[in-house]
Amino acid sequence: MSEQRHALARALATLVAGMLFGFGLSLSTMIRPEVVLSFLRLSDFGLLLVMGGAVLVVLIAYKLVPRVLAQPLLDNHFHQHMSIWDRDTAVGAALFGVGWGLCGVCPGPAIAGLGAGNLSLLWALAGIALGALLQGLRVK
Amino acid sequence: MNIILSLFPLGWQHYLLGGLLIGSGAGLLFVLTGRIGGMSTVFSSSWSYLVQRTFFQQQRFVESRRWRLVYALGLILGALLWWLGFAGGRAEATALPAWQLLVGGFFVGYGARLGNGCTSGHGICGLGSLQLPSLLAVLTFMATAFLTANLAARWLS
Repeated sequence: MSEQRHALARALATLVAGMLFGFGLSLSTMIRPEVVLSFLRLSDFGLLLVMGGAVLVVLIAYKLVPRVLAQPLLDNHFHQHMSIWDRDTAVGAALFGVGWGLCGVCPGPAIAGLGAGNLSLLWALAGIALGALLQGLRVK
Repeated sequence: MNIILSLFPLGWQHYLLGGLLIGSGAGLLFVLTGRIGGMSTVFSSSWSYLVQRTFFQQQRFVESRRWRLVYALGLILGALLWWLGFAGGRAEATALPAWQLLVGGFFVGYGARLGNGCTSGHGICGLGSLQLPSLLAVLTFMATAFLTANLAARWLS
């Protein structure tokens, strides 16, 4: 395949992967803030099944696939994203939780929910975009 | 049976199946393109189109900004498919007031980007690659979210 066709195939693959992700978020009703909040208020533990199911599949993919394949099917290397535990991660995660607990919306559902016609989520989306902007502007 | 009903009053199958599909999306992205697909980075990388500051012009944002937008478009299309094909096309809605979505969203965006990850970045991709810092991040945001949601239920309604 030429590089151009490869790039197109990667874009399509990314789109389809996103569609699976968005379909899953919708089917599991994570695009409903009320369902997320009912988990955080301990009246419906479904979110744990969503997260557990997703982690299980991703764990298999991340750990097994690089042993079987030398490179991804449409590109030349597997990315790694190492997370670190420092003050920023701790403060950031704590603030993220405060926001998530207030509105029941996190970045994935804020985007996916629009596709299911929940236009109120544009408020959350705007908030997330502004928060991300301010975070970047405050970095020296 | 009663335990299952009290833990999952709305049923549990759609949660598990949905979770497996979310994982399949992130897994497929990895198998085909090698990319790690958390969702919060798109909110920083997309600003690189508009804001010239050094932070937003970092290579990791500029190089990934296009595919992250394609991935986000996929999320919308996937939800649209579910909505039209499986949910009878009744528009989703939330009863939460706009200010709560906006202010909550602001903290979500600021915190996820400062902490380098959200429920999908740390929660799914980070835990899926068995990273201890991501586990600590998940426990931290679960704790503050639990506190906030319960205090908000008491004070705001």
